[in-house]
Amino acid sequence: MSTEKQLFTVSVYTENNIGLLNRISAIFQRSHINIESLNTSPSEIKGVSRFTIVVYVSEVNMKKIIGQIEKQVEVIKAFYHNDEDTIYQVSGLFKIKSDLLFEERQIQNIIKESGARIVTVNKEFFVLEKSGRKEEVELLYRELSVFGIMQFTRSGRIAVTKDEMKISTMLAAFTN
Amino acid sequence: MQTQTITSPSDVKKETIRISGSEAVVRCLIEEGVQTIYGYPGGAIMPVYDELFKFQDQIHHVLTRHEQGATHAAQGYARVSGKVGVAMATSGPGATNLITGIADAQIDSTPMVCITGQVPSHLLGSDAFQETDIVGISTPVTKWNCQVTKAADIPEVIAKAFYIAKSGRPGPVLIDITKDAQFEEFDFSYTKCEKIRSYNPVPKCDDQSLQAAAELINNAKKPFVVWGQGVILGEAEKEFQAFIEKAGIPSAWTILGASAIPTSHPLNVGMVGMHGNYAPNVLTNECDILIAIGMRFDDRVTGRLNDYAKQAKVIHFEIDPAEVDKNVKTEVSVLGDAKENLQKILPLINENTHEEWHQQFKDLYTIEYDKIISKDLHPTKDGLTMGEVLKEINTNTDGKAVVVTDVGQHQMIACRYADFKESKSNITSGGLGTMGFCLPAAIGAKMGAPEREVVAICGDGGYQMTIQELGTIFQQKLAVKIVVLNNDFLGMVRQWQQLFFDKRYASTEMINPDFVAIAKGYYLNARRVEKREDLAEAVQEMIASKEPYFLEVRVEKEDNVFPMIPSGASVSEIRLD
Repeated sequence: MSTEKQLFTVSVYTENNIGLLNRISAIFQRSHINIESLNTSPSEIKGVSRFTIVVYVSEVNMKKIIGQIEKQVEVIKAFYHNDEDTIYQVSGLFKIKSDLLFEERQIQNIIKESGARIVTVNKEFFVLEKSGRKEEVELLYRELSVFGIMQFTRSGRIAVTKDEMKISTMLAAFTN
Repeated sequence: MQTQTITSPSDVKKETIRISGSEAVVRCLIEEGVQTIYGYPGGAIMPVYDELFKFQDQIHHVLTRHEQGATHAAQGYARVSGKVGVAMATSGPGATNLITGIADAQIDSTPMVCITGQVPSHLLGSDAFQETDIVGISTPVTKWNCQVTKAADIPEVIAKAFYIAKSGRPGPVLIDITKDAQFEEFDFSYTKCEKIRSYNPVPKCDDQSLQAAAELINNAKKPFVVWGQGVILGEAEKEFQAFIEKAGIPSAWTILGASAIPTSHPLNVGMVGMHGNYAPNVLTNECDILIAIGMRFDDRVTGRLNDYAKQAKVIHFEIDPAEVDKNVKTEVSVLGDAKENLQKILPLINENTHEEWHQQFKDLYTIEYDKIISKDLHPTKDGLTMGEVLKEINTNTDGKAVVVTDVGQHQMIACRYADFKESKSNITSGGLGTMGFCLPAAIGAKMGAPEREVVAICGDGGYQMTIQELGTIFQQKLAVKIVVLNNDFLGMVRQWQQLFFDKRYASTEMINPDFVAIAKGYYLNARRVEKREDLAEAVQEMIASKEPYFLEVRVEKEDNVFPMIPSGASVSEIRLD
């Protein structure tokens, strides 16, 4: 197993409880691992949450971290995957002065080519939303920053895996 | 409370009574069979203490002199009895004072439930008087924790707490209850927790792993067992002994595994690790099959991992999947309950004796005996050794005492030389190495096993970290026997300074008080021994006493504990001097 650091996407299925985020992030902190991004949301199963955590770590350490996460009482199951095994997206929001849309013709081309979506427009500003790989959102950021961006934020990665997650089967087996 | 617990259907319809949250706390404890708890009152937990006052004929609350003492006492109680230890404290400083004991229980897998009071829920997050985020603070050192702000949640949370603390690999749980939830009335009923859907405490072992393990063991020429506390926690002592006896395997213990089988058992080859015995450490790197049972390859056990048992195939019996392959790569992992798996593997293994292999252990023991053990136990120099004190304690207790130790040189000596005859006889802080553990843990040990002799063995450093618990011993009239092996030094640190820091004794010398006078100040029988000719008689008097007894033994100031595997060295590089 590789001891070289690589990017992993960790998926954790959990109960939806106060404090669990703290408990899970503490496991990374303890091992001095920086969390690149973290997202929590409902999962495909009612009442079950899903954490998507991106970390840069060796596979040897990744396995140990997964063990520590799964050990938590309210964690149902944890997985780790590399980029090839997942379909993943991030989303970026750009708030830009509305004037620019008319003054800088190029912006319209950039928006068109990037596949970004205009969420809202008013007299003062408009908001663009761009989903895709992190690099695509970053490219759009670079292109737009030349003209001035009032606000920018990017979400953490969300990912689904190519292989099957047998959480429902696991829960059913354990409940019975 | 969104975690789904599963309870047995027969219990679902129970009659309820209308009571306060605080009364519910006490009734829940009674339902869980709790008879003794350790704690310290304060503002935010006062409603519960008021109920404890009313229920004092059913639950004995022991007022320790510091909340840390409450946790260590609960640990000592849990470790000798196998039951869940319970500690209670108020919010803020009361709660934070529990942390050391909780961390100790976490790393040493001790079942413990801590209950803390919290400021009323409308004040949470407002920096109220004695408010601290104890759930946040305790998260990394608890197996589970939970804050309760509604009385109605108390029964389910406490039921879960006891189930989680005790099941699978045990550990500490903390429940933080706001003061308004303690006052609030609700319809109470209690149902024990039997399952939590996200929690699988005992992983299932597949028969294939057992078969594979048995095959490796049957073909081994030089098999070697290292067992840990898992054998004791899993109550698998008999099954373990039957297993090693049938397979004829020399077996060594980690510090927390001590006493699972008698010290004198012919297959017991001693302790592994930094100050363990010579033979089991050296031969770790000569065995062909290493069978680890209920232990976790701590760095104090393995020394340098790159040179640890590299020639051997490793079989790991373990209840916690996160421990498998954590430090040492295994060939076969046998997940699950030690008792069950040892029972299952017994018919699969062949009888054997491995006589030549045993002889290697005996030969190395002889070397250790000549170079170290004989000098520790039968010294010819003037100064008293810690080893000879242990020898006297063994003689006078017939090895039947519960030996509670602190952390440092005396701890290593006690574990090396204590003659254990019964399981659950070694109570010490292994993983965390908590100085100050011994005295309060001895309180819990004596209350958890009142019929047994309990001997607390401390160094002069650790003793003074929780010395105030002498007050608890006096108040509770506990016949704990306390031995301080006094060398006027933080001995283990001084030993490292001597060996690795060119004798620069930075802040390790202690100018100590009159320990006998202090003990007498707490109205305890107390005595000091400075000469060898007085030792035997003093220990005899101490053990014969039916009351608490304090004995200070002035030992040689600069003795070292050997053998020793220096930090970062391989087990093969163990030093005899």
